[in-house]
Amino acid sequence: MAYGSFVIQRDLSFDVGCGDIFVIMGGSGCGKSTLLKHMLGLIEPAAGDILYSGENFTRAGAQQRDAIRRRWGITYQTGGMFSAMTLAENVALPLQLYSDYRPDEIADIVAYKLALVGLAGYQAFYPAEISGGMLKRAALARAIALDPEILFFDEPSAGLDPISSRLLDDLIYELKESTGATVVIVTHELPSIFAIATNSVYLDAASRTMIDCGDPAWLRDHSQQPVVREFLTRGGGPAKTTAARSSQHE
Amino acid sequence: MSDLPAGFRLVQENDKDALLVLSGAWVQGSNAGDFAALGAQLRAGTVTRLRVDGEALLQWDSTLAAFLLQCHDYCAAAGIELTTRNLPPGAARLLALATTVPPRQQAAGPRGNWLAALNPLNALRDALQMLRESLAFTGEVSIALARLVTGKSNTRFQDFRHFVYQAGPQALGIISLTSVLVGMILAYLGAVQLQQFGAGVYVANLVSIGILREMGVLMTAVVMAGRTGAAYAAQLGTMQTNQEIDAITTMGVSPVEFLVIPRMLALLLVMPLLTLYANLLGIVGGGVVAGGMGISPLQYISQTENALAINHLAVGLVKSLVFAVLIAVAGCRAGINSGRSSAAVGDAATAAVVTAIVYLIVADAGINILCQQLRI
Repeated sequence: MAYGSFVIQRDLSFDVGCGDIFVIMGGSGCGKSTLLKHMLGLIEPAAGDILYSGENFTRAGAQQRDAIRRRWGITYQTGGMFSAMTLAENVALPLQLYSDYRPDEIADIVAYKLALVGLAGYQAFYPAEISGGMLKRAALARAIALDPEILFFDEPSAGLDPISSRLLDDLIYELKESTGATVVIVTHELPSIFAIATNSVYLDAASRTMIDCGDPAWLRDHSQQPVVREFLTRGGGPAKTTAARSSQHE
Repeated sequence: MSDLPAGFRLVQENDKDALLVLSGAWVQGSNAGDFAALGAQLRAGTVTRLRVDGEALLQWDSTLAAFLLQCHDYCAAAGIELTTRNLPPGAARLLALATTVPPRQQAAGPRGNWLAALNPLNALRDALQMLRESLAFTGEVSIALARLVTGKSNTRFQDFRHFVYQAGPQALGIISLTSVLVGMILAYLGAVQLQQFGAGVYVANLVSIGILREMGVLMTAVVMAGRTGAAYAAQLGTMQTNQEIDAITTMGVSPVEFLVIPRMLALLLVMPLLTLYANLLGIVGGGVVAGGMGISPLQYISQTENALAINHLAVGLVKSLVFAVLIAVAGCRAGINSGRSSAAVGDAATAAVVTAIVYLIVADAGINILCQQLRI
């Protein structure tokens, strides 16, 4: 992955298993979101290929790419909801574009998708009229409108309070369990990683490559890379200020 | 089992109990989930307990899940006890997930409708509101200018050169095109009429006075309103969306001093220069047409020289300064008062252009009346 001559990450090679909740993790600026953009085809890789179910996405033509993309659902860091459309119109859009459902069926499915993310009755609301957590869930409702095989999330918990973040994690897990979808998440939220991830890759900013991959809980305890263990244990313990305060209380 | 059509069958077991048998493949295009038909059957009976059986189901997707949710909502509203059995595990989990949070009962806030927009009272109220906002904004700008003059302003001048470049040199292409064409149009109009009286040579007077006093500055201002005024509204509107203006305000800095004054000063500097440039090109454009109508270049230049007077030039330049202020005020006011969505930024840009053009025409008429009264 590179922007012009500036290499962001090199020698990336990993598999995302069917039905996995796969986390792309790493410190700020290591290229997590850039990797996701490459996987989504928003940026072309400087070298190498990305394969989905054996189909070479990188070398595919525009029509084949569109066909592959229709099997995906994507939620962006800020939601990516169309502000001039109501939530119902946002969720209905992919169904109108890419399904054979009748308008009345689309309305039923929109109501169901919104109910699924805990937003039943919010059809007529605009994105600007709901909270950040609700916006993320509404974006998820749009992402799952077409019953995707793969769900991509870019920093789903960013900007959410701990309870909203936990609810979103539960929702992602429950959707994956119910539909069998594969989930790819870019995040550095440790509680989310340990709560739902089944597999992960760690991108290192210093060496500009992936330095480990596997189950995050296993990596935390057994990774050969100190930086990975440090990342997954939040620097190896509580923050210095927290420790100092604890000793004051004692 | 695989021969069963996609759909449902309601079996009445007794007065109170009914069994809903789901069968076949409930997938996109199967037309299996017509809840209206089921609702009609349920309403016609006296069912108080409904069991849903999914044993005969084959593939399923959101079609089934949406149907089950409708069943659940209907039963909840009608006081019918709903139980399920043999549903595919995923469908059962999704139904449980979709019914975890009760539906919101309160409707969304009121929406504007197009009939209300046609109401003249609403239009008048909106116009008054806009006038009030404009006056308040003009007041803020005046205070900021006073602080600038007295050296107390927090105006940021690092961006000034960029604004001048954006409003000036980058606009030269479009100003050149419009000015030459306006000069040519004026010349065509005048030449056709004046030639009937054998006074074709006076087309030079018409073009030079018309361009200097009126068309040069007005067309430049209209172009700048559409180009620079809209850009200002979009820039400040985006800053409003990104909470940059909130950040400036909470730092104790006036957004007007910090963001509006540099833009306004850039336009004040650039507009007279662009007007002079537009005047020159307009006269040249008129000369091209005059040449095509048999007036020699020497005659045209000589006649133009006779017609040119400092008062015509001064009127145009004074107008350019007034117009610069109006364009900047309209653009920046729309941007700073913008909402916080992408649609609101678009609305702000539109409002900036429309308001600026209305201001320009009203101000132009006012200045012309004043000049006529003062015999300038």
